[in-house]
Amino acid sequence: MTSVITLPPSLDDHTFEQVVEQLAAVPPDARLLLDARHTRWSSPYGLTALLTLGQTRAERPTLAVPEAEETAGYWARAGFFKYADELFELSGAVPRVRGGESSVLLEITPVVKSEDVHDVVGRIQQQATRILTTELHYDAKATVGFAMSLSEICQNIVEHAGRGGWVAVQAYTWRKRLGNRRVVVVAVCDAGLGFRQSLESAPGRVLDDRWDDGKALEDAVVRGVSRFRDPGRGQGIAGVRRFISRWDAKLSVRSGTAKIALIPSWDEDVPLQEGLAPFPGAQVQVTLAERVSGGPR
Amino acid sequence: MMIHIDVSSVLRQTLSCELYSNLVTRPTGAAVRTQIEALLADSRERSLTVIDFSHVGMIDFSCADEVVAKLLLRSVAEERVQREAYFLFRGVTDDHWDAIESVLERHGLALVLQTDDGCRVVGTVNDRERRAWETVYELGRALPADVAPAIGAPQDDAARLLDGLHRRRLLMRLDDGYVAVGGLADRRA
Repeated sequence: MTSVITLPPSLDDHTFEQVVEQLAAVPPDARLLLDARHTRWSSPYGLTALLTLGQTRAERPTLAVPEAEETAGYWARAGFFKYADELFELSGAVPRVRGGESSVLLEITPVVKSEDVHDVVGRIQQQATRILTTELHYDAKATVGFAMSLSEICQNIVEHAGRGGWVAVQAYTWRKRLGNRRVVVVAVCDAGLGFRQSLESAPGRVLDDRWDDGKALEDAVVRGVSRFRDPGRGQGIAGVRRFISRWDAKLSVRSGTAKIALIPSWDEDVPLQEGLAPFPGAQVQVTLAERVSGGPR
Repeated sequence: MMIHIDVSSVLRQTLSCELYSNLVTRPTGAAVRTQIEALLADSRERSLTVIDFSHVGMIDFSCADEVVAKLLLRSVAEERVQREAYFLFRGVTDDHWDAIESVLERHGLALVLQTDDGCRVVGTVNDRERRAWETVYELGRALPADVAPAIGAPQDDAARLLDGLHRRRLLMRLDDGYVAVGGLADRRA
């Protein structure tokens, strides 16, 4: 028997939770059909998280691709089908990648080893500088912080996940949520160990009664705790946190059954969500919104 | 003995790739530092090394920790007292500074930075240490008696302060006097 999960019309970090909730009821080795035929839009988080979902299944799931030509075309330009082809049985018309205008800053890129991070940072710098300074009105200095943050988040996969993941970056306009403000969204998703298991592997770590995914995220993201004893560790995420705070950006990290978020003035998300449906690895999203007043705050 | 190390060249040798000019990732940082340490392995009991970032695009926190912090930590470690390794950092721009400043703060370290305007000590130093270092730098060579009036302290206190800066490899001790790390390089330039 095949379990069917219908993907929402708009697939992002919030609606992906509906997918994970449905997935929780499906045994890992069960046959699975992911129905994206009526999906019309996906954020970079939606696409990279979907790939990690494919990684978690014992048997290759089937993915019914979006019927809307525009949507499927965007997924193709974002590089989704290149990797989805290895993880899913694709059903439906998969468009070829055509050239032309694209809002994709960095197409979906695998992150497995240190060299991949060099490649990501090298590829994105020029375009990110243009978008951040001309469209989002950030100080040129922010572009270095952006590249540093991207590097540190991607390194998290190489150093801690134990298996490869993906990164994608896109610029688009939030019409409803932010009244036509431009945003840049970074998604870095993996289906590896996750924060709790990674921190548990620290030598001599004592786990208290409160220890769970939420506590692990608080330790890592808020307190900069690392599984390594080296006192220099944990600086990467601390640097990302400073960048997020300085530019009033948003950082959210989901791992296991919890999600933590550093929330900017323009967003109303919840700082810590616990008791979510379980999903392996870590899924990170950074959102930078267009500055309406210019200059750093 | 003065050595010049172009970090960008070391990076390209380490990665065996001409395309990358960014110092990112911890393994890359560790490899670059290992290469730098190998270049310094033959240095004599006292050496001054210019670490030149001029051609480095950017550096992230993890890489700064491996390249800058660990290099400095090892140079001040007790087991290295028999071999005095001093470092002068050159070509550091705003694109590098956030990460470098962050790791210096984290480890309580300081370093000497050379710019077009001369040299200055940056990182974790208090006002008296900074004033003492600047006095030595301005004088070229100084004794505790020269520094004491500048920091408004007795000569014994000045001597302890200068010794502390020497142990942190921000000042060199030459006979009874002290020379600022950047001061020596300025005169050689």
